[in-house]
Amino acid sequence: MASSAGHAGHAGHDPAEIDKHVRTYIIVFATLLVLTFVTVAVSYLHLSIGAAVAVALAVASFKASLVALFFMHLISERQVILMILGLTVAFAVVLLVLPFITNLDHITAANMPAAMTHGAPAAPGAHH
Amino acid sequence: MSAELIPYITEARPDTGLTNGKIGIWCFLASEVMLFGAFFASYIVLRTSAAEWPHGSSILNVPMATLNTVVLITSSVTMVMAWASLMRNDMGKYRLFLGTTVALGFCFCIIKYFEYSAKFEHNLLPHTHNFIALYFIMTGLHAAHVIGGMITNAYFLVAAPSYLEHDRDLLINRVENSGLFWHFVDLVWIFLFPILYLL
Repeated sequence: MASSAGHAGHAGHDPAEIDKHVRTYIIVFATLLVLTFVTVAVSYLHLSIGAAVAVALAVASFKASLVALFFMHLISERQVILMILGLTVAFAVVLLVLPFITNLDHITAANMPAAMTHGAPAAPGAHH
Repeated sequence: MSAELIPYITEARPDTGLTNGKIGIWCFLASEVMLFGAFFASYIVLRTSAAEWPHGSSILNVPMATLNTVVLITSSVTMVMAWASLMRNDMGKYRLFLGTTVALGFCFCIIKYFEYSAKFEHNLLPHTHNFIALYFIMTGLHAAHVIGGMITNAYFLVAAPSYLEHDRDLLINRVENSGLFWHFVDLVWIFLFPILYLL
């Protein structure tokens, strides 16, 4: 939340600076609310699954960035925190990309039993 | 006394420019990213390999989830406002905002309870389909984090007078770290909501 700036103590924080932060929080809050309703509204447009995923993840990423930058104060955070997060993001991307890479393995997929690719019985409302 | 046992809890370490608590909470959040990342990766594997997959809105309650999103976003703002009030030494507003944060967390859990109850009534249990299993695991893990954050925030609400008697800066740092966790919980929900309910 707070910009660290080394916090040797908090007594010296300028009230005007805190007021400025509070104004920013309110603007970010309003933006997040609007984007939440945008996300829901877009889901009713019946876009193709590729477009729907792209829009939903783009809006979610933007919202998450607002939370991280302003509420978690990453925008003014120390470099060591950014380095920790940079490393985390790199590993998280590998973790999320690996499943896609396994889908490129056509040889294994061709020899895989049908039960493994078709999974459990369809739930109500299932579609292809 | 605690300052002697664990150094740099109120003053910044000269080399990092941060308190040890701040570094600690960010390392913890990094591990949380990987924890939730594993479940998101599982979601990708199961969804891309399934012959058919239900649209979230055909099974789950989108209006309730939208309401929960608004509740959680609002609680993030009240959390940060509680910290700002503490910085201003306005204890009345600190209690108001932090109390509201805890109350909103409670609202989130109540709404989630109604959602889960509806699934149980319709016999939509984790063994029914991989989608339902992922829904319960991911939202359940998230709800456990909400409860953990509520307990921590409630503690800082109750224990604030005691902290103020001894070390105000320590309270500010700990509320700040508790807030970082709370915002992370909000951040995870921002991704869970569209992935489970809208796609």
